[in-house]
Amino acid sequence: MPLLDVDDLHTAFRTRFGTVRAVNGLSFSIEQDETVAIVGESGSGKSVMALSIMRLLRAANIEARGQVRFQGRNLLELPEREMRRLRGKDISMVFQEPMTSLNPVLTVKRQINETLMLHEGLSWNEATDRSIELLRIVGIPAPERRVRDYPHQLSGGMRQRVMIAIALACSPNLLIADEPTTALDVTIQAQVLELMWQLKKKFRSAVMLITHDLGVVAEVADRVIVMYAGRAVEMADVKNLFKNPRHHYTGGLLNAIPKLGSSLTEGPRQPLYEIPGNVPSLRQNIVGCAFAPRCAAATQVCREIGPTMDELAPRHFAACHHPLDAGLIKVRQ
Amino acid sequence: MWTYVLKRLLTTIPVIVVVAFIVFSILYATPGDPALILAGDNATPQQVEEVRQRLGLDKDFISRFYEWSGSVLAGDLGTSLYTRLPVVTLIGQRLLPTVSLVVLTFLIAIFVAVPLGVVAATRHGSWVDRLGMIVSVLGFSVPVFVVGYVLAYTFALKLGWLPVQGFASPQNGIWPFISSLILPSTALASLYVALISRITRSAMLEVLGQDYIRTARAKGLGEMIVVFLHALKNAAVPISTVIGLGFASLLGGAVVIETVFSIPGLGLLMVTSILSRDYPVIQGVLLLSSITYVILNLLIDLLYGLFDPRIRY
Amino acid sequence: MNESTAPLLEVRRLKKHFALSSGFLTGTQQVVHAVDGIDLAIRRGEAIALVGESGCGKSTLGRSILGLTPVTSGEILLQGERIDNLSQSAMRDMRRRIQIVFQDPFSSLNPRMRVRNIIGEPLRNFKLVKGRKQLDQRVAELLELVHLPPDVLERFPHEFSGGQRQRLCIARALATHPDLIVFDEAVSALDVSVKAQVLNLLAELQARLGLAMLFISHDLAVVEHLADRVVVMYLGKIAEIGPRRSVFTHPTHPYTRALLSAVPIPDPQIRRERIILSGDTPSPINPAPGCRFKTRCPYAFDRCQREEPALLVQPTGQAVACHLVAEGRMPAAGRPPAEASLAR
Repeated sequence: MPLLDVDDLHTAFRTRFGTVRAVNGLSFSIEQDETVAIVGESGSGKSVMALSIMRLLRAANIEARGQVRFQGRNLLELPEREMRRLRGKDISMVFQEPMTSLNPVLTVKRQINETLMLHEGLSWNEATDRSIELLRIVGIPAPERRVRDYPHQLSGGMRQRVMIAIALACSPNLLIADEPTTALDVTIQAQVLELMWQLKKKFRSAVMLITHDLGVVAEVADRVIVMYAGRAVEMADVKNLFKNPRHHYTGGLLNAIPKLGSSLTEGPRQPLYEIPGNVPSLRQNIVGCAFAPRCAAATQVCREIGPTMDELAPRHFAACHHPLDAGLIKVRQ
Repeated sequence: MWTYVLKRLLTTIPVIVVVAFIVFSILYATPGDPALILAGDNATPQQVEEVRQRLGLDKDFISRFYEWSGSVLAGDLGTSLYTRLPVVTLIGQRLLPTVSLVVLTFLIAIFVAVPLGVVAATRHGSWVDRLGMIVSVLGFSVPVFVVGYVLAYTFALKLGWLPVQGFASPQNGIWPFISSLILPSTALASLYVALISRITRSAMLEVLGQDYIRTARAKGLGEMIVVFLHALKNAAVPISTVIGLGFASLLGGAVVIETVFSIPGLGLLMVTSILSRDYPVIQGVLLLSSITYVILNLLIDLLYGLFDPRIRY
Repeated sequence: MNESTAPLLEVRRLKKHFALSSGFLTGTQQVVHAVDGIDLAIRRGEAIALVGESGCGKSTLGRSILGLTPVTSGEILLQGERIDNLSQSAMRDMRRRIQIVFQDPFSSLNPRMRVRNIIGEPLRNFKLVKGRKQLDQRVAELLELVHLPPDVLERFPHEFSGGQRQRLCIARALATHPDLIVFDEAVSALDVSVKAQVLNLLAELQARLGLAMLFISHDLAVVEHLADRVVVMYLGKIAEIGPRRSVFTHPTHPYTRALLSAVPIPDPQIRRERIILSGDTPSPINPAPGCRFKTRCPYAFDRCQREEPALLVQPTGQAVACHLVAEGRMPAAGRPPAEASLAR
């Protein structure tokens, strides 16, 4: 049984201007000990998906339908009390902005201890000892002193490490990391990714890494899921995704990123591949393939019938009526 | 932390000096001549002049200020022009009713307004929120004396549950003391509650939308802890600021309420002194209330350091 | 030497320091050495990139060049004339020649102004057009330059996507025919696919208009794609400066190497030796003597503690400020070969 099994998840926001379908029929699964990267640009629904899984979207105008099975139980039907027991203990989350994700008026000690006291039943002193240990594990120097600090006394990289310490404190089965390194400098990002890689092995957590950075995906992920307009468009093992992208959007993304090493090639600079058009508005009900308006290979079928997620090769799925041929690295421009 | 405390204490001193100067100057600039009033309508100009000299009202401004400051610092606020009693004695007699009124109002306001604001914020958009905000708009739109008279009419005259006016000293029993203060405090609190509940609500709403609240919920913490520890502590700074600033309206309202309910406090003393141009008393009461206000705000500033560590370091 | 090879913009020994507290009760004054002695020359039509992480001073340098913040010491010259000490009215004319595009396309545009006014404002301001008809015509030309449809003059910013708004900002910057445009992290907030569009546009504009660009970015792959010359900054100083190919093919300064190796490569087949720097970037407040990079440098030795290294030109074409390099003891390391396949 997969650790997490998302089955036809729909999350919609009812606003004055219409219903925004942020997640529009998403299905995927994560196994124990796996690191799965969820890749998408703004408007893909990836962050909303994570918050829906954790049931952290609380406003009255937000509705989540479908099944999110965690260790067999559907999280969307769980009473809030049960959900609270899972949060921070079995499933925990690391957010994007380390500068604002920690409470500025509470000490680091309190913010880590809370989780330990709540979920593991430790006393304040026991929790403090464990917090210091956790800070040491995440590579914060002089943790006995740091634990008494307030967040504003720490740098961005250190705050993110504290967030990771909090998230891993109770050895969760699943760690959801939403753009954990995007707001960090690139050398600090390298440190934090290295840390996450080591800790994942030590704590044996499955990781759902949400990012828009394909470089980070290549570094860290086992499997990749590409999202577009609230849906999954391609799912594959990381090597296969980069070598043989089957969905046109994936191919477009891979060609659009500027890559280090471009100065090694002789001759005039090549323009980057541009995916024409814009991300569709999620307010309209999309008929057919969401990517069709921007796809060079779109036909009438694409505009009328939504493609299903088909297994095109072992463990390689794409939702496309005319997937790219296997072995073709460059998309026809 | 201590540099912050020291800086705040040091800056309070010039504030008090300026306050004293303004208190002194305002009365100097108002129309009306106490010597004339004291001497009476039938007095001759020489008699008026004699009164003026006796009371030292003919010397120039700076030396009067200097003399006055000197005696204030020595504890002498002067002598009332009419009762001939030391101002300090007069104030002492009237202190208890006013302090009781103000303190009770303060407590009612905070313990009603803050929870009201928190509930309005957590149930944003619901009928509780809307009702609470309508009540608070009424609170600061309806003048305090109207509220006072309405309450007095309803609960004292019509229903007879509480005394209409007057003040009972606690020496004569706790219940009479409290019951004489319930209506006036409630009337006075109406404005203060309105202010505080609104700022609590908006500060809480802003804080509850922050990323670190989302983190707290993601840790599985119960809603009570999230709201009262994680959120309220962050909202405490703007809330205390308004509590401090709004205290001025509390003091002003106290004058009105004491008049409505005939409470023999400093407010009533102030009113009679203004009507009779009794300068020393006016100055004394004004100085006392201004300094109380400055000190309260100083305490609140110092309290910030407790709430928000970023201010401390 | 004709005009086209003389530098368009020159920066000499530029320093920008910010005083924090007055030091009244705490003793020493806290001074942020944001930019601490920078020499730079930008030629006509050249694209120079300023690369570095937070706190290196690249944004402060960009703003100093624009006169948005007064310099502490040093000079800035535009075509030989000083522009760092101008009066307000003289600066207005200079502003026509140097423009800026900021990072956030959502807060850089006044939400209450229509496109016609957003792009037209500099035209009116500098009296470059007479009358409404000329204004509309010029605005339409500028929109065409940035590949936006010409009939959007009546629209408001919220009706456009992030990438389109950034293009509006670029059109606005182009309105006065500037000699130089500073791009302060102008593509950092954009999605991958949109970034490609804007980068291609910038390359096209550079070729078409002969525009000089000062491109400030922390994203090395973007910089490699766009820049002619690269300046690597660390804590207010230049660590390495040189032609794009030299810096990216033969990164010499230890910081440049660490920076390049830290960038995650979108190819799971490539596994290379990552240089992971220890610790955080030290604070730019009251920096210690010696090389700024010594606290994190894997090669630091005693000379680095005492002496600040000077920029020395290398045989590979770029100038590097490092004692180890000056003494010829830096171990060689070119770029890792593109197809090094070490299975994970």
